[in-house]
Amino acid sequence: MSLESMLIVAAVLFAIGLYGALARSNVIAVLMSIEIMFNAVNLTVVAFAKYVAPLALRQEIGSVLTGQVFAIFIITVAAAEIALGLGIVFAMYRNTESVTLTEANQLRH
Amino acid sequence: MVAAQDVVFWLLAVVSIAAALGVVVVKDLFRSALLLAVVFIAVAGFFVLLSAEFLAVVQILIYVGAISVLFIFAIMLTRNVREGNLPNRLQIPAISVSALLLVGLIVAAVNTDWRPIPEAAVEMVDAAQTQAITAVPAAGSEVAATGLADLLIGKFVLPFEAVSLLLLAALIGGLALARPRGT
Repeated sequence: MSLESMLIVAAVLFAIGLYGALARSNVIAVLMSIEIMFNAVNLTVVAFAKYVAPLALRQEIGSVLTGQVFAIFIITVAAAEIALGLGIVFAMYRNTESVTLTEANQLRH
Repeated sequence: MVAAQDVVFWLLAVVSIAAALGVVVVKDLFRSALLLAVVFIAVAGFFVLLSAEFLAVVQILIYVGAISVLFIFAIMLTRNVREGNLPNRLQIPAISVSALLLVGLIVAAVNTDWRPIPEAAVEMVDAAQTQAITAVPAAGSEVAATGLADLLIGKFVLPFEAVSLLLLAALIGGLALARPRGT
Protein backbone atom coordinates (compact mmCIF):
# COMPACT_ATOMS: atom_id res chain seq x y z
CA MET A 1 0.00 0.00 0.00
CA SER A 2 1.43 3.31 -1.06
CA LEU A 3 0.26 6.79 -1.93
CA GLU A 4 0.23 5.96 -5.62
CA SER A 5 -1.88 2.81 -5.28
CA MET A 6 -4.33 4.68 -3.07
CA LEU A 7 -4.57 7.50 -5.62
CA ILE A 8 -5.12 5.02 -8.44
CA VAL A 9 -7.95 3.29 -6.60
CA ALA A 10 -9.55 6.68 -5.92
CA ALA A 11 -9.10 7.66 -9.58
CA VAL A 12 -10.81 4.45 -10.73
CA LEU A 13 -13.70 5.07 -8.35
CA PHE A 14 -14.00 8.66 -9.57
CA ALA A 15 -14.01 7.60 -13.22
CA ILE A 16 -16.70 4.99 -12.55
CA GLY A 17 -18.78 7.62 -10.76
CA LEU A 18 -18.31 10.06 -13.62
CA TYR A 19 -19.41 7.46 -16.13
CA GLY A 20 -22.49 6.71 -14.06
CA ALA A 21 -23.36 10.37 -13.69
CA LEU A 22 -23.06 10.95 -17.42
CA ALA A 23 -24.59 7.78 -18.81
CA ARG A 24 -27.60 6.98 -16.64
CA SER A 25 -31.06 8.25 -17.32
CA ASN A 26 -32.49 7.84 -13.83
CA VAL A 27 -32.05 10.80 -11.45
CA ILE A 28 -31.47 8.58 -8.41
CA ALA A 29 -28.79 6.59 -10.23
CA VAL A 30 -27.05 9.85 -11.15
CA LEU A 31 -27.15 10.97 -7.51
CA MET A 32 -25.65 7.64 -6.43
CA SER A 33 -22.85 8.04 -8.96
CA ILE A 34 -22.15 11.52 -7.58
CA GLU A 35 -21.85 9.99 -4.12
CA ILE A 36 -19.21 7.58 -5.46
CA MET A 37 -17.27 10.57 -6.79
CA PHE A 38 -17.49 12.32 -3.40
CA ASN A 39 -16.09 9.20 -1.75
CA ALA A 40 -13.22 9.01 -4.23
CA VAL A 41 -12.29 12.62 -3.50
CA ASN A 42 -12.42 11.96 0.24
CA LEU A 43 -10.07 9.01 -0.21
CA THR A 44 -7.61 11.19 -2.09
CA VAL A 45 -7.67 13.95 0.49
CA VAL A 46 -7.15 11.57 3.41
CA ALA A 47 -4.38 9.71 1.56
CA PHE A 48 -2.56 13.00 1.02
CA ALA A 49 -3.06 13.85 4.68
CA LYS A 50 -1.34 10.63 5.65
CA TYR A 51 1.48 10.48 3.14
CA VAL A 52 2.33 13.99 2.02
CA ALA A 53 0.95 16.79 4.16
CA PRO A 54 2.78 16.01 7.40
CA LEU A 55 6.04 17.41 6.03
CA ALA A 56 5.42 20.34 8.32
CA LEU A 57 4.78 18.04 11.23
CA ARG A 58 7.36 19.50 13.51
CA GLN A 59 6.15 23.03 13.06
CA GLU A 60 2.47 22.44 13.49
CA ILE A 61 0.71 19.28 14.52
CA GLY A 62 -2.57 20.51 13.11
CA SER A 63 -1.26 20.06 9.57
CA VAL A 64 -1.45 16.30 10.06
CA LEU A 65 -5.20 16.56 10.32
CA THR A 66 -6.02 19.22 7.75
CA GLY A 67 -6.93 16.61 5.17
CA GLN A 68 -9.30 14.90 7.56
CA VAL A 69 -11.00 18.19 8.41
CA PHE A 70 -11.38 18.76 4.68
CA ALA A 71 -12.97 15.33 4.34
CA ILE A 72 -15.42 16.13 7.14
CA PHE A 73 -16.50 19.26 5.29
CA ILE A 74 -16.91 17.29 2.07
CA ILE A 75 -19.07 14.71 3.86
CA THR A 76 -21.23 17.50 5.30
CA VAL A 77 -21.71 19.15 1.94
CA ALA A 78 -22.50 15.77 0.38
CA ALA A 79 -25.17 15.14 3.00
CA ALA A 80 -26.74 18.54 2.36
CA GLU A 81 -26.59 17.94 -1.38
CA ILE A 82 -28.24 14.56 -1.15
CA ALA A 83 -31.03 15.83 1.11
CA LEU A 84 -31.82 18.62 -1.35
CA GLY A 85 -31.35 16.41 -4.39
CA LEU A 86 -33.79 13.80 -3.16
CA GLY A 87 -36.24 16.57 -2.23
CA ILE A 88 -36.09 17.78 -5.81
CA VAL A 89 -36.51 14.19 -7.04
CA PHE A 90 -39.66 13.82 -4.95
CA ALA A 91 -41.04 17.12 -6.19
CA MET A 92 -40.32 16.07 -9.75
CA TYR A 93 -41.93 12.68 -9.23
CA ARG A 94 -45.04 14.31 -7.79
CA ASN A 95 -45.38 16.54 -10.81
CA THR A 96 -44.41 14.27 -13.68
CA GLU A 97 -44.78 10.72 -12.28
CA SER A 98 -41.29 10.03 -13.58
CA VAL A 99 -37.68 10.22 -12.44
CA THR A 100 -36.14 10.17 -15.89
CA LEU A 101 -33.74 13.01 -16.58
CA THR A 102 -34.84 13.68 -20.15
CA GLU A 103 -38.35 14.40 -18.92
CA ALA A 104 -37.16 17.04 -16.46
CA ASN A 105 -37.81 19.97 -18.74
CA GLN A 106 -40.39 21.92 -16.77
CA LEU A 107 -38.13 24.93 -16.22
CA ARG A 108 -38.17 25.59 -19.96
CA HIS A 109 -41.55 27.22 -20.22
CA MET B 1 2.23 -6.40 9.58
CA VAL B 2 2.93 -4.55 6.37
CA ALA B 3 1.95 -7.60 4.36
CA ALA B 4 -1.36 -7.82 6.20
CA GLN B 5 -2.04 -4.19 5.39
CA ASP B 6 -1.31 -4.82 1.74
CA VAL B 7 -3.66 -7.81 1.65
CA VAL B 8 -6.45 -5.76 3.23
CA PHE B 9 -5.77 -2.89 0.85
CA TRP B 10 -6.06 -5.00 -2.29
CA LEU B 11 -9.11 -6.78 -0.94
CA LEU B 12 -10.80 -3.44 -0.29
CA ALA B 13 -9.71 -2.12 -3.67
CA VAL B 14 -11.23 -5.09 -5.52
CA VAL B 15 -14.43 -4.97 -3.48
CA SER B 16 -14.92 -1.21 -3.81
CA ILE B 17 -14.23 -1.08 -7.54
CA ALA B 18 -16.39 -4.10 -8.30
CA ALA B 19 -19.24 -2.70 -6.22
CA ALA B 20 -18.91 0.74 -7.81
CA LEU B 21 -19.05 -0.86 -11.26
CA GLY B 22 -22.12 -2.72 -10.11
CA VAL B 23 -23.77 0.53 -8.99
CA VAL B 24 -23.48 2.06 -12.44
CA VAL B 25 -24.15 -1.09 -14.48
CA VAL B 26 -26.83 -3.08 -12.64
CA LYS B 27 -30.27 -2.47 -14.06
CA ASP B 28 -32.24 -2.91 -10.84
CA LEU B 29 -31.97 0.37 -8.92
CA PHE B 30 -32.58 -1.29 -5.57
CA ARG B 31 -29.62 -3.60 -6.07
CA SER B 32 -27.41 -0.73 -7.06
CA ALA B 33 -28.38 1.09 -3.85
CA LEU B 34 -27.29 -1.96 -1.85
CA LEU B 35 -24.02 -2.11 -3.82
CA LEU B 36 -23.55 1.58 -3.05
CA ALA B 37 -23.62 0.69 0.66
CA VAL B 38 -20.86 -1.86 -0.05
CA VAL B 39 -18.78 0.89 -1.69
CA PHE B 40 -19.28 3.10 1.37
CA ILE B 41 -18.21 0.33 3.75
CA ALA B 42 -15.11 -0.38 1.65
CA VAL B 43 -14.21 3.30 1.72
CA ALA B 44 -14.58 3.24 5.51
CA GLY B 45 -12.09 0.36 5.49
CA PHE B 46 -9.72 2.50 3.44
CA PHE B 47 -10.06 5.26 6.04
CA VAL B 48 -9.03 2.83 8.77
CA LEU B 49 -6.00 1.83 6.67
CA LEU B 50 -5.13 5.52 6.27
CA SER B 51 -5.24 5.94 10.07
CA ALA B 52 -8.34 8.12 9.93
CA GLU B 53 -10.44 6.08 12.34
CA PHE B 54 -12.76 8.92 13.22
CA LEU B 55 -13.58 9.46 9.57
CA ALA B 56 -14.26 5.75 9.18
CA VAL B 57 -16.85 5.94 11.96
CA VAL B 58 -18.37 9.08 10.45
CA GLN B 59 -18.46 7.36 7.08
CA ILE B 60 -20.38 4.38 8.48
CA LEU B 61 -22.78 6.61 10.42
CA ILE B 62 -23.55 9.14 7.71
CA TYR B 63 -23.11 7.27 4.46
CA VAL B 64 -24.06 3.71 5.32
CA GLY B 65 -26.53 4.67 8.03
CA ALA B 66 -28.21 7.72 6.60
CA ILE B 67 -27.53 8.28 2.92
CA SER B 68 -27.96 4.65 1.81
CA VAL B 69 -31.25 4.44 3.68
CA LEU B 70 -32.33 7.74 2.13
CA PHE B 71 -31.56 6.35 -1.32
CA ILE B 72 -33.49 3.18 -0.63
CA PHE B 73 -36.45 5.25 0.55
CA ALA B 74 -36.25 7.37 -2.58
CA ILE B 75 -36.17 4.28 -4.80
CA MET B 76 -39.11 2.72 -2.97
CA LEU B 77 -41.16 5.91 -3.23
CA THR B 78 -40.45 6.59 -6.88
CA ARG B 79 -40.01 3.07 -8.14
CA ASN B 80 -40.74 2.79 -11.78
CA VAL B 81 -40.76 -0.90 -12.61
CA ARG B 82 -41.35 -0.25 -16.28
CA GLU B 83 -38.17 1.75 -16.81
CA GLY B 84 -35.58 0.47 -14.37
CA ASN B 85 -32.15 2.02 -14.59
CA LEU B 86 -31.69 2.49 -18.30
CA PRO B 87 -28.59 4.01 -19.86
CA ASN B 88 -29.19 7.16 -21.86
CA ARG B 89 -28.00 7.93 -25.37
CA LEU B 90 -24.60 9.26 -24.30
CA GLN B 91 -22.88 5.90 -23.77
CA ILE B 92 -19.88 6.41 -26.02
CA PRO B 93 -19.12 10.04 -25.03
CA ALA B 94 -19.54 9.11 -21.35
CA ILE B 95 -17.19 6.13 -21.61
CA SER B 96 -14.57 8.08 -23.53
CA VAL B 97 -14.68 11.08 -21.19
CA SER B 98 -14.30 8.94 -18.07
CA ALA B 99 -11.60 6.77 -19.65
CA LEU B 100 -9.66 9.86 -20.68
CA LEU B 101 -9.98 11.29 -17.17
CA LEU B 102 -8.92 7.98 -15.65
CA VAL B 103 -5.82 7.74 -17.83
CA GLY B 104 -4.93 11.35 -17.07
CA LEU B 105 -5.35 10.89 -13.33
CA ILE B 106 -3.32 7.68 -13.26
CA VAL B 107 -0.50 9.19 -15.33
CA ALA B 108 -0.45 12.20 -13.02
CA ALA B 109 -0.51 10.04 -9.89
CA VAL B 110 2.33 7.80 -11.07
CA ASN B 111 4.58 10.41 -12.66
CA THR B 112 4.42 13.14 -10.04
CA ASP B 113 7.13 13.25 -7.43
CA TRP B 114 4.95 13.47 -4.34
CA ARG B 115 7.87 13.54 -1.91
CA PRO B 116 6.12 11.37 0.64
CA ILE B 117 7.35 11.58 4.18
CA PRO B 118 10.09 9.06 4.99
CA GLU B 119 9.05 5.64 6.22
CA ALA B 120 10.50 6.32 9.65
CA ALA B 121 8.23 9.30 10.11
CA VAL B 122 5.10 7.40 9.11
CA GLU B 123 4.77 5.73 12.49
CA MET B 124 5.18 9.07 14.19
CA VAL B 125 2.46 10.57 12.01
CA ASP B 126 0.19 7.60 12.73
CA ALA B 127 0.71 8.11 16.43
CA ALA B 128 0.02 11.82 16.07
CA GLN B 129 -3.18 11.18 14.14
CA THR B 130 -4.47 8.59 16.56
CA GLN B 131 -3.56 10.89 19.42
CA ALA B 132 -5.29 13.77 17.71
CA ILE B 133 -8.51 11.82 17.59
CA THR B 134 -8.46 10.72 21.17
CA ALA B 135 -6.91 14.07 22.18
CA VAL B 136 -4.85 12.35 24.83
CA PRO B 137 -1.18 13.26 24.54
CA ALA B 138 1.16 10.33 24.91
CA ALA B 139 3.41 10.44 27.93
CA GLY B 140 6.57 12.36 27.21
CA SER B 141 5.62 13.44 23.70
CA GLU B 142 6.73 16.92 22.89
CA VAL B 143 3.95 17.62 20.40
CA ALA B 144 0.73 18.79 21.93
CA ALA B 145 -2.17 16.75 20.65
CA THR B 146 -4.64 18.84 18.79
CA GLY B 147 -7.90 17.05 18.38
CA LEU B 148 -10.02 17.23 15.29
CA ALA B 149 -12.51 19.11 17.40
CA ASP B 150 -9.94 21.70 18.41
CA LEU B 151 -9.07 22.16 14.75
CA LEU B 152 -12.71 22.39 13.73
CA ILE B 153 -13.63 25.13 16.17
CA GLY B 154 -10.21 26.74 16.19
CA LYS B 155 -8.35 27.14 12.95
CA PHE B 156 -11.29 26.18 10.74
CA VAL B 157 -14.04 27.95 12.63
CA LEU B 158 -15.15 30.06 9.68
CA PRO B 159 -15.73 27.17 7.25
CA PHE B 160 -17.29 25.29 10.13
CA GLU B 161 -19.86 28.02 10.66
CA ALA B 162 -20.44 28.34 6.92
CA VAL B 163 -21.10 24.61 6.67
CA SER B 164 -23.49 24.80 9.62
CA LEU B 165 -25.41 27.53 7.84
CA LEU B 166 -25.39 25.48 4.64
CA LEU B 167 -26.81 22.46 6.47
CA LEU B 168 -29.55 24.57 8.02
CA ALA B 169 -30.42 26.08 4.65
CA ALA B 170 -30.43 22.62 3.03
CA LEU B 171 -32.69 21.31 5.79
CA ILE B 172 -35.21 24.11 5.38
CA GLY B 173 -35.00 23.85 1.59
CA GLY B 174 -35.55 20.09 1.70
CA LEU B 175 -38.60 20.55 3.92
CA ALA B 176 -40.00 23.24 1.66
CA LEU B 177 -39.48 21.04 -1.41
CA ALA B 178 -40.93 17.88 0.06
CA ARG B 179 -44.06 19.52 1.48
CA PRO B 180 -47.21 18.95 -0.52
CA ARG B 181 -48.51 21.98 -2.28
CA GLY B 182 -51.03 24.24 -0.54
CA THR B 183 -50.19 23.32 3.04
